[in-house]
Amino acid sequence: MSAFAALVRRDLVLAARIGGGGYLSLLFFMVVVALVPFALGPDLNLLSRIGPAILWLAAVMATLIGLDRLFQADEEDGSLDVMLGASLPLELAILAKVLAHWLTTGLPLALCVPLFGLLVALPAEAMAPTALTLLIGTPGLTAIGAVGAALTATMRRGGLILAVIVAPLMVPSLIFGVSAANAAMGGTVPFTTPLAILGAISLVALVTAALAGAAALRGGE
Amino acid sequence: MTATGLAASFWNLANPTRFLALSGRVLPWLAGLAALVTAAGLYMAFFTAPPDYQQGDTVRIMFVHVPSAWLALFLYAMMSLSALGTLVWRHPLADVSQKAAAPIGAAFTLLCLITGALWGKPMWGTYWVWDARLTSVFVLFLIYCGILALWRSIDDPGRAARAVAILTLVGFVNIPIVKFSVDWWNTLHQPASVFRLDGPAIHPTILVPLLVMAVGLSLVAIALHLSGMRTEILNRRVRTLTILQADHPSEGGI
Repeated sequence: MSAFAALVRRDLVLAARIGGGGYLSLLFFMVVVALVPFALGPDLNLLSRIGPAILWLAAVMATLIGLDRLFQADEEDGSLDVMLGASLPLELAILAKVLAHWLTTGLPLALCVPLFGLLVALPAEAMAPTALTLLIGTPGLTAIGAVGAALTATMRRGGLILAVIVAPLMVPSLIFGVSAANAAMGGTVPFTTPLAILGAISLVALVTAALAGAAALRGGE
Repeated sequence: MTATGLAASFWNLANPTRFLALSGRVLPWLAGLAALVTAAGLYMAFFTAPPDYQQGDTVRIMFVHVPSAWLALFLYAMMSLSALGTLVWRHPLADVSQKAAAPIGAAFTLLCLITGALWGKPMWGTYWVWDARLTSVFVLFLIYCGILALWRSIDDPGRAARAVAILTLVGFVNIPIVKFSVDWWNTLHQPASVFRLDGPAIHPTILVPLLVMAVGLSLVAIALHLSGMRTEILNRRVRTLTILQADHPSEGGI
């Protein structure tokens, strides 16, 4: 388990020193959220109605942006070969990388929802539920993305194809994340029903990421 | 290429050779039968099937729309089985079958979406709604496109096959969603009318042409798939021979 922790720590240090840590993806998230009122017009009623959807879309995009380097950088500098030969199972190594990626993208986004929620006029009672949906849903997004990242690890220009193959698979998380957040703002469906499904999707995605990602990395050698 | 590599590629060609010989004999008959049954189905769809009492002649779109939808799912299921063959047994024919099925499945999915849009305009008053069935089929089309893109972006056929196999199996979660979307969500698209526990809910005068069309288009899909597999096997042989010739330029041409 210490190898797992070491791998997480290594990726966090790398993110902090090279990628600017969590704050860069946070900045990207903020830019996307800021663009929406320019496109839709500053109608606060409209913005508050679609607020959770905007935050979720921004989270999907922020997750997609950094994913292509998840395994590619390791493939280039040779650390992927070390991971393939290590005593730590490759499945766990992938989960460690997913965890590190989530700690620098998904987690900061979820924590900053109260701030960005103000920008899209999210009602006060919907802040915490929306943050909770992102907290539960973004690990699933990262996990699904990790499968695509593993498949495209050896490609020089894998970013675009990664987005193309991964985005359709993120649709279920998006649907249930947004419907849970909307349920918290009032509606006929109780908040916990879509939230439970969202949690189930994230758990299944984590298992899939470990198994399919490991198979993809082994097959890519 | 090393000696073991050479031996491996010849071993890989061994079984596909038998496949080529067999499929070469079957394919003309299959293609002929496919054309015949589809022609009969189209004749029945346009001339013997009565117009619907509400929908009029637009109901005839169904005879292409419904079989296309079935085939879109069927080809994805077959691609998933082939993906298992690729990952578990590493069988070269499974790789080839996966690759040949993808564009055909994508084409039938697109055909289903287009005929659905054309049918939706007069019936629902709109070409497109974000209904659960329509959305999940649209996502199926996107997954097919992603699979095609992944095939094109990895050069080595064996590695491409394994990568696509993983993506295909992960994308399979969408198949039950497409099938059961009309039961799980109360949507604009009608629920299943043919494959039901209590028997088909369609009058025989329309059901029979529909089934004939389904058999016809399935034969078309199988014939296209066989032909695509043969083309892919020949492509791989050209590739292997080109590599061999590049390694040993003195030993004569292809």
